[in-house]
Amino acid sequence: MISVFQQHGQELLVGFGNTLLCSVIALFFSLIIGSTFAIFEAVPSRFLHIIGRVYIEVFRNIPLLVIGMFFYAVVPQYIVSIDGFTAGTIGLTLYTSAFIAETVRAGIQAVDEGQMEGARANGLTFMQAMRHIILPQAFRYVIPPLGNQFINMVKNSSVLAFVAGFDLMYQGDMIASTTFDTFNTYIAVGILYLVITLPLSYYMRYLEKKMD
Amino acid sequence: MPIIEFKDVEKYYGKFHALKRINLKVEKGEVVVVIGPSGSGKSTLIRTINGLEDISSGQLLVNNRDLSDKDTDLNKIRKDVGMVFQHFNLYDNKTVLENIMLAPRLVLKRPEQENKEIALRLLDSVGVADKTESYPKQLSGGQKQRVAIARSLAMKPKVLLFDEPTSALDPEMIDDVLNVMKKIAKEGMTMVVVTHEMGFAQEVADRVVFMDNGEILENDRADEFFKAPKEVRAQQFLSKIIKH
Ligand SMILES: Nc1ncnc2c1ncn2[C@@H]1O[C@H](COP(=O)(O)OP(=O)(O)OP(=O)(O)O)[C@@H](O)[C@H]1O
Ligand SMILES: [Mg+2]
Repeated sequence: MISVFQQHGQELLVGFGNTLLCSVIALFFSLIIGSTFAIFEAVPSRFLHIIGRVYIEVFRNIPLLVIGMFFYAVVPQYIVSIDGFTAGTIGLTLYTSAFIAETVRAGIQAVDEGQMEGARANGLTFMQAMRHIILPQAFRYVIPPLGNQFINMVKNSSVLAFVAGFDLMYQGDMIASTTFDTFNTYIAVGILYLVITLPLSYYMRYLEKKMD
Repeated sequence: MPIIEFKDVEKYYGKFHALKRINLKVEKGEVVVVIGPSGSGKSTLIRTINGLEDISSGQLLVNNRDLSDKDTDLNKIRKDVGMVFQHFNLYDNKTVLENIMLAPRLVLKRPEQENKEIALRLLDSVGVADKTESYPKQLSGGQKQRVAIARSLAMKPKVLLFDEPTSALDPEMIDDVLNVMKKIAKEGMTMVVVTHEMGFAQEVADRVVFMDNGEILENDRADEFFKAPKEVRAQQFLSKIIKH
């Protein structure tokens, strides 16, 4: 297995870098998009509720691979030319954001109604109340499930392998198919995934403790 | 010119008729106590004044703004109308000091230095000056409610609404809160107070409003009301809570 790292370190490093980059981008944007749609569902507006609901149900209930392939195969043909990495990262972001929206929505609902009422009666706008009072408390509740979403997201980034995204999984497939040393290659790939997910997992746990 | 005026206000929750032909005027500086049995619409009434509940028909004027007009900016009304809740509704994620400073900073854009001075002075006047860095969950109920009152006062409101401010408190804490409210009343604040504290009502109320079944049955000068309520139901209600 050491030899896999020695002989294919360069490829694995590229794959690792792409997986990490994809994960960071998807984490950042799925958190923003997910929170936005979660807020849509808390706003007293039927129109926004419906938009939020449709978005969440669509992206949550289609396989990630289908979403990724849509951006890889369909979008470049009819709309704009994007490479596999971009297509896969967009797909992963949208897919993950739907789960994050559900999670954050549950967190918002867990915050006592009196918090919003107190804030509105105190003169704050809905968005000010969300930003300063509701969301900070909601995120405190949802750190554990959010951590799970993030870890799933890193693992799901392996969808890039199917859309020529040059991620860890893709590079592993390439190495395995030329060397036929599948055993050692996929163990090496697995270890590199752990290098991302384990610290992430421990960081989320640390955050959880710190919040109490 | 009254600062609050209800004109034939009706309120429905779906099919349920919660407020029935409400007519009520509150003059500047008046203290009005609202009493009545559970479910009679006291909370609903008071919550329409700052737009936490909308009204179905009629007209409601608060500080020259028309709440029945859908275009009225509720945030502008809430700048001038503070509210104190039964369950305090302090910001659980903020310290006591931040609870008080947040709205003046965000809504009134009050300069930080001045904001802090005012907040500290208010905390001192309600007797929780030593708790500025505590979080709400570290306070007793009575302390929480006094912080909530200070939070409302920091907005320099023209009207303060209280919805059963002492109902969730242990008996020994009630007086601390009532004393703060009396002080505010004597400083000339316009107050609408839903409460069962008849001692408070007798001491500071100018008028007593008795509600039952979504209606205002009686709206009297406080001294007259306590001498003898005109309505039978008000008499029964009064004798019942005074006996307790
Ligand atoms: N959001 C709501 N939806 C439907 N009905 C409601 C709603 N809020 C209040 N009601 C009903 O309106 C009536 C008046 O309620 P309200 O809370 O104003 O009474 P109250 O006089 O404040 O009672 P209490 O002394 O118990 O606080 C009650 O019958 C209540 O069930
Ligand atoms: Mg009530």
